[in-house]
Amino acid sequence: MSALPDGERPPPDGALPPGCAEGAGDRAFGVYLHVPFCAVRCGYCDFTTYTAAELGGGADQARYAETACRELDLAATVLAAAGLPRRPAATVFFGGGTPTLLPADDLVRMLDAVSERFGLAAAAEVTVEANPESVTADALARLAAAGVTRVSFGMQSAVPHVLATLDRVHTPDRVPRVVDWARDAGLAVSLDLIYGTPGESVADWSASLHAALACMPDHLSAYPLVVEDGTRLAVDVRRGLVAPPDDDDLATKYELGDDVLAGSGFSWYEVSNWSRDPAGACRHNLGYWNGDDWWGVGPGAHSHVGGVRWWNVRHPRAYAERLADGGSPAAGREVLDAGQQHAERVLLGVRLASGLPVTVLPTEHRHRVRGLVADGLVDPGAASRNRVVLTRRGRLLADTVVRTLLG
Amino acid sequence: MARTAPTPSATPPDAIRNFCIIAHIDHGKSTLADRMLQITGVVDARQMRDQYLDRMDIERERGITIKSQAVRMPWEFDGRSYALNMIDTPGHVDFSYEVSRSLAACEGAVLLVDAAQGIEAQTLANLYLALENDLTIIPVLNKIDLPAAQPDKYAEELARLIGTDPSACRRVSGKTGDGVARLLDDIVREVPPPVGDADAPARAMIFDSVYDIYRGVVTYVRVIDGRLSARERILMMSTRATHELLEIGVISPEPVPSAGLGVGEVGYLITGVKDVRQSKVGDTVTNSAKPATGALAGYRDPKPMVFSGLYPIDGSDYPALREALDKLKLNDAALVYEPETSAALGFGFRCGFLGLLHLEIVRERLEREFDLDLISTAPNVVYQVTMEDGTEVVVTNPSEFPGGKVAEVREPVVRATVLAPSDYIGSIMELCQQRRGTLRGMDYLSEDRVEMRYTLPLAEIVFDFFDQLKSRTRGYASLDYEADGDVAADLVKVDILLHGEAVDAFSAIVHKDKAYSYGVEMAGRLRKLIPRQQFEVPIQAAIGARVIARENVRAMRKDVLAKCYGGDITRKRKLLEKQKEGKRRMKMVGRVEVPQEAFIAALTNDVAGADKRK
Repeated sequence: MSALPDGERPPPDGALPPGCAEGAGDRAFGVYLHVPFCAVRCGYCDFTTYTAAELGGGADQARYAETACRELDLAATVLAAAGLPRRPAATVFFGGGTPTLLPADDLVRMLDAVSERFGLAAAAEVTVEANPESVTADALARLAAAGVTRVSFGMQSAVPHVLATLDRVHTPDRVPRVVDWARDAGLAVSLDLIYGTPGESVADWSASLHAALACMPDHLSAYPLVVEDGTRLAVDVRRGLVAPPDDDDLATKYELGDDVLAGSGFSWYEVSNWSRDPAGACRHNLGYWNGDDWWGVGPGAHSHVGGVRWWNVRHPRAYAERLADGGSPAAGREVLDAGQQHAERVLLGVRLASGLPVTVLPTEHRHRVRGLVADGLVDPGAASRNRVVLTRRGRLLADTVVRTLLG
Repeated sequence: MARTAPTPSATPPDAIRNFCIIAHIDHGKSTLADRMLQITGVVDARQMRDQYLDRMDIERERGITIKSQAVRMPWEFDGRSYALNMIDTPGHVDFSYEVSRSLAACEGAVLLVDAAQGIEAQTLANLYLALENDLTIIPVLNKIDLPAAQPDKYAEELARLIGTDPSACRRVSGKTGDGVARLLDDIVREVPPPVGDADAPARAMIFDSVYDIYRGVVTYVRVIDGRLSARERILMMSTRATHELLEIGVISPEPVPSAGLGVGEVGYLITGVKDVRQSKVGDTVTNSAKPATGALAGYRDPKPMVFSGLYPIDGSDYPALREALDKLKLNDAALVYEPETSAALGFGFRCGFLGLLHLEIVRERLEREFDLDLISTAPNVVYQVTMEDGTEVVVTNPSEFPGGKVAEVREPVVRATVLAPSDYIGSIMELCQQRRGTLRGMDYLSEDRVEMRYTLPLAEIVFDFFDQLKSRTRGYASLDYEADGDVAADLVKVDILLHGEAVDAFSAIVHKDKAYSYGVEMAGRLRKLIPRQQFEVPIQAAIGARVIARENVRAMRKDVLAKCYGGDITRKRKLLEKQKEGKRRMKMVGRVEVPQEAFIAALTNDVAGADKRK
């Protein structure tokens, strides 16, 4: 599981430093609700998640919704105390873990709690992540009825041996069925794919892409398999049991994915995310990339409000205990200085198809954009309109672009 | 043990015996010296420590003597007290000039050979030197206590070498002390006393000089004629510099001041100078008020044979490296250096050494005593280049090899002696042939041991020759060599180009026939070490404008794509900050970013060796 970053120790009550309320009126507000439970721990996954139902006290799956609602209470108090205006949640995102491992009623209860504390914006986007094997038609209908608008399925691949390597327990034919259920319930559908799994051929990847498109989703995310420290996959790679992902293979598969998706009417709006039309983009995730405010609820969840980032303790029991004691579950935080805020603005902004306004860069650094255009990494047309928008080669080398822009 | 000891400065020459011990690295010289110190009573059991005379850590760890010393020991024989001066000699070919001066200070030599291993090439070379100096040789087999000892076999070998009877070989064990007292008696009996003119102007030969942080330079001398006395002014005959003699005395085994030193005596001088260059090995010391007319023969300036660039791994250590070299120089007259800049490695020094061991020792002392992390470029020799227009250029750094019309390149050669069991003759010949050697002769030392004499380019020897020799002979071969002038050779400079730009640290001067394999090896190695850039990077090996090998570092196609959700942003930004930090350690070759580690890795593997092992 990925370690939490180093940071300063936040105050026990979670109070935010002065200044974070500045300009809040111009920033959207979102809520992320983490559900730290899975039926099976996948060998590649570094998210905060636990497979045991009984972790003790408020960390039990059965009492998790109640514990999470307690953090929502804290959120409302802390934000108000810091002088932030009451902003209805523009987006809500249930991520995990496997949110659908909890009864639909628990998720509804949490969504209601968000609504009670903050209100939900008109046309709010409410997403639930789900694994194909852990959803039912009934549950999806129940969620839709309660205000969920969108479901994101962890499809990953349509090829059995790839799913097996990833420890995914669903069968490929399960995906079209659950997508149908979701659509019947009136939910927008996103599918998550992973490419570059050891043993996956280009043909396998192509098959997965076409299988995903056959489900007619509104949105697609495609990420390369990353060997994260502390995962079983990392151990297997280190022992030489599994070949590490190859950058050239990943680049080929990215290009293939982009071609296939573009051919089916999808366009990229972030380096690894595609939607059928601009309205289909995930607004919650765009909030991360646009530097909006959000409160992340749950063990290991990260939050951001006006240049302050913080993250919660990782273990569900420690998390539940902190809240039961009336304190904040935050484990660490960082208050970004102007330079750090600038670096984040650049590194997140260039990932988007909307691009980064050249004016964000200090005047003396703007000539760097020309060099990137010359190297074929930045789109010349967009650059002439004063925006840094990556070419496809540039999307694959976005880190190089960011390093060049920041110097 | 002696009951009475002759007084320094008042010891008649006929009560003096000056001798050295000639031995191979691990044949037990230091252990035998330790026993002699104990038996003669100059060190008691309580003060005794192993290898008493080896002062530097490196000497003790490597079991070699870098700097010699002279110890005066009392010994009684036949009812008379004698002063035995044991002059320790450096044990390595790099220091052969120092060895020759130590030998010149003696009348006799104990030829010490491990009874389980037999004589080695360096010992043989030093033996020849001793014979040239007319020293009386006392052959001794050591380690007779070892189960593997074959004293009869090696006694025969030794006897044949020096033309004596096998029964003349003494048998001792430095470890148990067995036979050591008898050996001391034999030294008194067989080594002739020193002869000199007590009334002539003083002449003393410097056979070593050592820098001491408290005392300044301590100079070791052997008085040939006349006498030196405390508080008088002395004159160094090669530099014409005069100094006041602040202290004079003998080592026994710690310094003991005396009134002076007379004919045949061996001891030390302190004048307060701070740099060993002012007290040169081989120079003659005389009285400045009453100087000798002629200096003693044999003085020579130390001449560096092998050059290498030394660079601090952390560029900010450059001033510390300069300071450390300045300090080491005080104690090492043979070390030369001048500042040098490399595109690949930054600021450093081009340093000249007597040989590879000297290089290694200097580098190790810099790292250990001055806490520096260093990278050294592949060692090279000195080339004399004559251009077609008659201009002559001395090249000590391959990257400075002149372009344009070269008429002739001369490289230093050595006369090498290899001793090995005769089973390995074939593979030694093969190695020497690969290294452009010419066989000059071969002799059997015994039924199964052979001495092979070759002329070899020094450049080939500094390219891991010794390691190769050892591995081809399972460690049984020994090597010695001495400079033998220079010869014209078909040499070319191979440059390594990265994206069209030559990387200075990898330029090498190699024989024409080996240029291709050097180029292929180096280009291949760099391809594996240089990280992919966003553009393709050709790596070429070239002689002048002609490319002889080429590799490509393919363009990097992807460096991103990992998820970047709310919880990943901090991690991602910190990674970026770290990369920015790392970029400071990057060297730019044109547009190519190369981590310094890649250059270091490419330099620290032995190219020639890797090539040979294929």
